[in-house]
Amino acid sequence: MTTLALTVNGLSVERDVPDNTLLVTYLRESLGLTGTHVGCDTTQCGACTVRLNGQAVKSCTVLVAQVQGAAVTTIEGLAPGGRLHPVQQAFKEQHALQCGFCTPGMVMAAVDLIEHHPGPLAPEFVRSELEGNLCRCTGYHNIVKAIVMVSAAPRQAAAPTVALAG
Amino acid sequence: MYPSTYHRPASAAEAAALFAAHDDAAFLSGGHTLLPTMKLGLARPAALIDLCAISGLSGVSLQGQTLSIGATTCHADVAAAPEVLRLIPALAGLAGSIGDRQVRHRGTIGGSVANNDPSADYPAAVLGLGAKVVTDRRTMAADGYFVGLYTTALAPGEIVLRVEFPVPQAAGYAKFRSPSSRYAVAAVFVARTAQGVRVAVTGAGSQGVFRATAFEAALDRDFSAAALAGVTVPEADLVDDLNGSAAYRANLVAVLARHAVQNMGRVVLLK
Repeated sequence: MTTLALTVNGLSVERDVPDNTLLVTYLRESLGLTGTHVGCDTTQCGACTVRLNGQAVKSCTVLVAQVQGAAVTTIEGLAPGGRLHPVQQAFKEQHALQCGFCTPGMVMAAVDLIEHHPGPLAPEFVRSELEGNLCRCTGYHNIVKAIVMVSAAPRQAAAPTVALAG
Repeated sequence: MYPSTYHRPASAAEAAALFAAHDDAAFLSGGHTLLPTMKLGLARPAALIDLCAISGLSGVSLQGQTLSIGATTCHADVAAAPEVLRLIPALAGLAGSIGDRQVRHRGTIGGSVANNDPSADYPAAVLGLGAKVVTDRRTMAADGYFVGLYTTALAPGEIVLRVEFPVPQAAGYAKFRSPSSRYAVAAVFVARTAQGVRVAVTGAGSQGVFRATAFEAALDRDFSAAALAGVTVPEADLVDDLNGSAAYRANLVAVLARHAVQNMGRVVLLK
């Protein structure tokens, strides 16, 4: 067991966990943040996508020990006080989800993509950058539409990622 | 997941000492091959030694006409590095074509080069550019470094510190990916250097990455796609599996080589 500390959604957390604990396990089982899903557990599907120091990663393939002290944002951190992030709002408006299982990972990947690329995104670019997220319901069309819509909106409206403490 | 202890040394010497002190240790970098392999039970290291806290192992630097990329530099950082984009754009594009966006934020060049997956991208660039692999013990030329499937000339406990790429006159890379795994079914890296043309093939070789010497000779005589007409790689040396027969891959390698030659300075992803 090792004491591992992170900043998750702006809050400092610390838990004693075995050395081989995956980040996704730490988030779901130690912290109870079950919005981050485990789909394939083999780095394919992207349902476990979170942002680690501002970059989208697959939390099923990161040991929490590797990222000791890092800042992590999960889907729960996108909507403080229940106010939807613009990407979440766009997913709702564009009907970009059906069963919803892949949605947290899709949204986290989309937020990462939009924040890293200023200006409107081309649909083809969104599709190629979303290769790490699998959806088995929607056929992707409405997901891409939602992301393109947010990317084309004035960025001040699309900016409020949760502020990270420290 | 398989139980193992985790260690985070601050220097290569400390990492080497930790490796020597454990019966069954493995070096960890981005972990995007090792951790899935452990989940499948195909690797069972008792101790993981993370190389990512070792100072000086991450980043890109230019010394003369040599681009040096630290072992723990992730694919996304190589893809976005101004020096790589300016001097070897095909290498930046190759790094940007690995896996997916999330994978590129974690996977590292050192991990790829040490693992030598037969379908990985970096081995094609390392061999195609005639790069050098610098370890904590020695410097190895790319020719002779890649030994076979998942096998390199690295000794047990030897640590890759960086890869040194000589800046070529021009380079190009063309890849055909498996749509499910996103690994190369075949990919060809072509480099024009002062010493001649080098052509490296990944994804297709039954023993991993290899140089297509017949292509090199043809392109040395005439650097054009037309010069490759009728030039082939031996089918006997190619993978024959669900993704494609050896004959299919032989044709694919020739097609990809032509695309690379016609698109120097770029990466072409065939669909």
